[in-house]
Amino acid sequence: MLELKDVHTYYGNIHALKGVSLTVNQGEIVTLIGSNGAGKSTTLRTIQGINRPRSGTILLEGVALEKLPPHEIAGRGVAQSPEGRLIFPRMTVLENLEMGAYARKNKTGFDDDLARVFSLFPRLKERITQKGGTLSGGEQQMLAMGRALMARPRILLLDEPSMGLSPLLVELIFEIIQNINKEGMTILLVEQNALMALSIANRGYVLQTGEIILSDAAAKLKENEMVRKSYLGIE
Amino acid sequence: METTKKKNFNLRSLGVLVLVLYIVFLIGPIAGLDVPTIAASIKANPLQLIQFLIIGISNGAIIAIIALGYTMVYGIIELINFAHGDVYMIGVFTSLTVLSLTGTLNSTNPVQIVLGLAFALIIAIVVCASLNATIERLAYRRLRNAPRLAPLISAIGMSFIIENIGLMWAAQAWLVPSFGTTGGASQKVFPDMLSALFKATGFNGGDVNLLVASGLPLRLTVKDILVIVLAVALMTGLYLFVQRTQLGKAMRATAQNRDAAKMLGIDIDLVITATFLIGGGLAGAAGLMAGLYNNTAWWFMGFRAGLQAFTAAVLGGIGNITGAMLGGFLIGLLASFSDGYLNARWTNAWVFATLVLILLFRPTGLLGEQVGQKA
Repeated sequence: MLELKDVHTYYGNIHALKGVSLTVNQGEIVTLIGSNGAGKSTTLRTIQGINRPRSGTILLEGVALEKLPPHEIAGRGVAQSPEGRLIFPRMTVLENLEMGAYARKNKTGFDDDLARVFSLFPRLKERITQKGGTLSGGEQQMLAMGRALMARPRILLLDEPSMGLSPLLVELIFEIIQNINKEGMTILLVEQNALMALSIANRGYVLQTGEIILSDAAAKLKENEMVRKSYLGIE
Repeated sequence: METTKKKNFNLRSLGVLVLVLYIVFLIGPIAGLDVPTIAASIKANPLQLIQFLIIGISNGAIIAIIALGYTMVYGIIELINFAHGDVYMIGVFTSLTVLSLTGTLNSTNPVQIVLGLAFALIIAIVVCASLNATIERLAYRRLRNAPRLAPLISAIGMSFIIENIGLMWAAQAWLVPSFGTTGGASQKVFPDMLSALFKATGFNGGDVNLLVASGLPLRLTVKDILVIVLAVALMTGLYLFVQRTQLGKAMRATAQNRDAAKMLGIDIDLVITATFLIGGGLAGAAGLMAGLYNNTAWWFMGFRAGLQAFTAAVLGGIGNITGAMLGGFLIGLLASFSDGYLNARWTNAWVFATLVLILLFRPTGLLGEQVGQKA
């Protein structure tokens, strides 16, 4: 469904992605793990068009995305819950969710989608008139995910959904990710919490300083000695 | 930790106190702050206070409308559009030219005058909106990812270019005969169309001053009413647009987090163009309002108006729309009272001294909020 072929991205002179290739198939959860600064978020930002690849191709269902402006990429069904959540702090929870549906040309079913987001994240419904900036970290993460779901995306990009959350909330968020996936959503998940990510993903890629150094079924990566040592902290 | 913080605060308060005392007791008398005289003059003629209030609110309304353009653009792209005051000047010249070409200036037919004014308002809005959007397209868009100074310099450049267009425009007597043949540098008259309208209708005894029948030494003219009503209507319209419409919400989202807005499918270029169109349109409307109110047209008038409006935007909290409105009215009132009771030559100094004082206590302005992105 989503395919990256030899994608190179630069920040000024810094070569952030050095030929990343990966595939996400319909209905899968694919995870991209790696340490800080490996280029995980850059990969998602490049798919979304926020950062431009200098070379390489990005295909969504066969259509090249790498030359399109970000708003058209969003319009083609790529939605993201970004690193740091990036919710709109001075808009209400409801307005934030409305903005999620911005790229959709037809707004029929908006109420149904809203109801679905509220059933996934009941906490958001309680906070509906509150300003985004007044939410707790966990609630902001829920809002960022809910906002992305409001776009009815074909593929959902999740960037560090566990960041800064308590272990209990991380469990909850990952359970929700699994539920969304079971309903048919294709997910590309970027995580530093490699153990959690690999336990819910179908397949995984290991990114190290801008290069994919390993890719395999998630279960096998979990057993891989290098992965265990470097990313799972298990000797 | 706690004690050093407290100590710093005390030191700062002390500094501010010294500054206030310095302004009030040393600079104050030079700049017209003579408390006994002021008290005596208020006592002798208390109605004058109301008069200055009326003038202040009317001028403040015009400043507020211009300030909205500064604050909206800053909110979206964090740029001070230095050409904005000059766009307002073009609004004055456009409306004057439209009034001249439609024959409204010499008309004694009330219907024609009203239609002419309405037409001039529309054309001024359209011209200034397009001009402002063109400035963005030519001078700012390519520099959006350049260091902050680059678009600032090109903004100053655009300001000079437009001022020179105004200078040339003011020399075109074939457009507006009253420009005369003395060249464009001098201040030109913007005919008092509202007085003309009242003379033509004979309404209120042909006088624009609505209080003339009361015999009070007060002037509340149709000009004041028109300026205030128009300003409030424009502000309400803008507020509803930004709060309720899809594009308005996209503008707020872009101002709060540009990357997130892009990810959600908002076309940033479209939002920025819309922002410049709206800001320019408001400046055009302010141009006609100011022309009718102050009855002058001058190629350099955008400089002072722009400076005051920019100050108003900062005072209210740059990036905040309600703040710009509040700041506009405050500066209008402050300037009016300074003109009346202190010393008109020192008005700008008083305005800026107030700005400095307020910023010392509230660095983000009265209704300031953190604009810009952390990520």
